Amino acid sequence: MDDPYKTLGVSREASQDDIRKAYRTLAKHYHPDLNPGHAGAEERFKAIASANALLSDPIKRGQFDRGEIDAASQQRPGPFYRDFAEGEAGQRYSSSAPADEWSPIHFNDIFDTIFNVDRGGGARDPIHGHSGVLPLTISFLDAVNGATRRLTLPDGRVLDVKIPSGSVEGQGLRLRGQNGKGGPDRAAVDVLIEIHVTPHRYFVRDGLNLRLQVPVTLAEAVLGATVEVPTPGGPVRMTVPPGSENGTELRLRGRGVPGVADRPAGDLYASLRVVLGTPDTALETFLRSWKPEHPLDPRRMMEADS
Amino acid sequence: MISIEIVIGRLPGLSRQELERWISNHWVRPDDQDGDYFFHEIDVARVRLIQELRDDFEVNEEAVPVILSLIDQLYLQRRRMRDLCIGLHRTAPEDVRRTLVRHLTQGRI
Repeated sequence: MDDPYKTLGVSREASQDDIRKAYRTLAKHYHPDLNPGHAGAEERFKAIASANALLSDPIKRGQFDRGEIDAASQQRPGPFYRDFAEGEAGQRYSSSAPADEWSPIHFNDIFDTIFNVDRGGGARDPIHGHSGVLPLTISFLDAVNGATRRLTLPDGRVLDVKIPSGSVEGQGLRLRGQNGKGGPDRAAVDVLIEIHVTPHRYFVRDGLNLRLQVPVTLAEAVLGATVEVPTPGGPVRMTVPPGSENGTELRLRGRGVPGVADRPAGDLYASLRVVLGTPDTALETFLRSWKPEHPLDPRRMMEADS
Repeated sequence: MISIEIVIGRLPGLSRQELERWISNHWVRPDDQDGDYFFHEIDVARVRLIQELRDDFEVNEEAVPVILSLIDQLYLQRRRMRDLCIGLHRTAPEDVRRTLVRHLTQGRI
């Protein structure tokens, strides 16, 4: 290993404060996580950290100065953040929509959107023939079913935006060459819209499928019933089979995100949630005297595992 | 999966209280299973980075989210760029790649 004083660029007479300052200055320059494109940064930083580990400790520094120990490498333990952030694992802290770093907009504008630039270079803004990103918040059902929304541009112009059915949070929509109505000096603009979807009270999206919980009474679960279930296209009647367990998932085919030309409709998964309601004397009396036909120990498997 | 105790044990000078504050600030996002945190290696490396920003770089805690946001944007673009380069390497014919290199280096050599 090199002379730790040279590594930090300080003299042998430097004070502890000088050493700390030198280390901090160099560390700021060479920290690998802040220099992911700098191939030599990691080696350099390790040398700096190692020299600092030795010289920042007055006892070790004294031993080194007297030649009692050599400048054996004091490795900074563990890998650097960049070792993970550069790879798939880095998606965990993505500043884009998670797990979707090439979002659907990229299929049309893959090269444009890496740096949000337009072809021909140069970022544009929506006022002067330039495109920027405008946020547009829509309801859950508008995202599922598709809708037309009126959007006011920063320069006051109004656009009707057609939101395709099946839109997702963070999705981009590019409206090409929107001609300004403000006069001939207004260039045609591209407007890039980023969609935000508000959550729904009971529907949850899962790709093209939807999920919801349907509360049912004990009688409906035990005896079976036909219940009305909301779907994005309006309520439908669903059959609950007799003897349905709490949590049973029933599929309503084609009742998820509506289909379009070459995309089939998604399904709606309704999971049953048995609701007992307020205490009922007749039910309690019945259960006390109830002798089950097939006595059940629902926790039998848990005991077997423990 | 790495528990919070192991993370604290691995990183001298880090208190549990600090780490829990960083988690509630969403600076670090371990898996949360019924109130128990489970860390991936990337989470541990991120905790260490935040610790170094604060202790070695004297970044005060108000500025940490600014830096983390820039770092996250930087690595997102680097992952995209890497995907793009791999994609070009695998799919673009040799002459397209040569033309691209010529375009990118135009006027700079």
